[in-house]
Amino acid sequence: MVKEIEKAGIPVVQMCNLIPVATTVGANKIVPTISIPYPLGDPDTPKEQQWKLRYHRVGVALDALTVDVDEQTVFKVKI
Amino acid sequence: MKAIHYINQFFAGIGGEEKADHKPEIREGLVGPSLALNSMLDAEVTHTIVCGDNYMGSNTEEAVSTILGFLEGKEFDIFVAGPAFQAGRYGVACGTICKAVKEKFNVPVLTSMNEENPGVEMFKRDVVIFKGGKSAAKLRDDVKVMAEYGNKVLTGKALGPADEEGYFSRGIRSQVWLESEATAAQRGVEMLIRKLKGETYETELPIPKQDMVPIAPPIKDLSEANIALVTSGGIVPIDNPDRIQSASATRWGKYDISDIENLESGVYKTIHAGYDPTAADLDPDVVVPLDVMKEYLREGRIGKLHKYFYSTVGTGTTQAEAARMGREIVENLKEDKVDGVILTST
Repeated sequence: MVKEIEKAGIPVVQMCNLIPVATTVGANKIVPTISIPYPLGDPDTPKEQQWKLRYHRVGVALDALTVDVDEQTVFKVKI
Repeated sequence: MKAIHYINQFFAGIGGEEKADHKPEIREGLVGPSLALNSMLDAEVTHTIVCGDNYMGSNTEEAVSTILGFLEGKEFDIFVAGPAFQAGRYGVACGTICKAVKEKFNVPVLTSMNEENPGVEMFKRDVVIFKGGKSAAKLRDDVKVMAEYGNKVLTGKALGPADEEGYFSRGIRSQVWLESEATAAQRGVEMLIRKLKGETYETELPIPKQDMVPIAPPIKDLSEANIALVTSGGIVPIDNPDRIQSASATRWGKYDISDIENLESGVYKTIHAGYDPTAADLDPDVVVPLDVMKEYLREGRIGKLHKYFYSTVGTGTTQAEAARMGREIVENLKEDKVDGVILTST
């Protein structure tokens, strides 16, 4: 799906946990998530903390949409 | 001769997705599929290693080093993982551990996966991966081809090229004497003549296709941009109105998010059968981050949030179906002139 979107000329960021799979499949912009069953918020942590993590990582993904890259890039996250 | 077998938590009978975080363990003797392997292989399967697929996927380094630690000091002549069929995380786990075991202990390693498994593309150059079935119904068949090849390796019998043996080509060329004794020049000319006549011919040097797409031009001004959310994590309204399948999906849905601030538990849920749904059902925003996108919209960081989010299930889904659904979703995105997409996957 990522490739079809990018093929249409629409920049796309894939947010996922299994980075090697995303790079093999051919996603060009990747932002890591924290796990498979809960990509953007660990249910064992307080709601505010989950929200912060989600806000941060989605923010990284939004910025990634504006970045000009010339190869597959995994963007760094802080939390 | 001795063998050690790697399987996941599901085939060890520990549990499904809710147990996918199971830490690696080693058991003496046979567990699940290793019974079949032991009966067909001319070597005794002395130990079975079990590890949860999510644990291997999310804590790869720890999982691999723990397992290599288990193997330290054990005698084994061959290492087998899987078969993993179309199970993506299991396939990646089998490839990961086979590669690590081969590097550290220099023994033959074998695994088996379906061609749609992402583990094939990731590890076929490093590991002998047999072309396996789609589901566990093919368990015995898949184990059998691995065992037959393993027996040849263990007894030092001559091995044929990947295609003949039934595994994915590793891209290794080995020198062989052809029975026909035709030289390369003769074969090349023969091929050229066949080509000129419009007949079929088979190249001796297939060039692998690298299917990458050009990187789309970046968004210039995010505060003017129209952003859409797409997921393969199977989040849908609670009654799953489009009846998207829980695995091997061929359908996708689009759901209006213009008037809601977040995806509430009990109103939305996941129907994805490839991961434990507890967390996603409790708060679907952990898979489709609508709540923070609305916040970014309020802050003016993005200009617009596309009216719908798009959802399907990415487990067991073939690449061909995923591509087709992707194209259909793109048509919708283009209609609303979407400038950028965040795609979350599980």
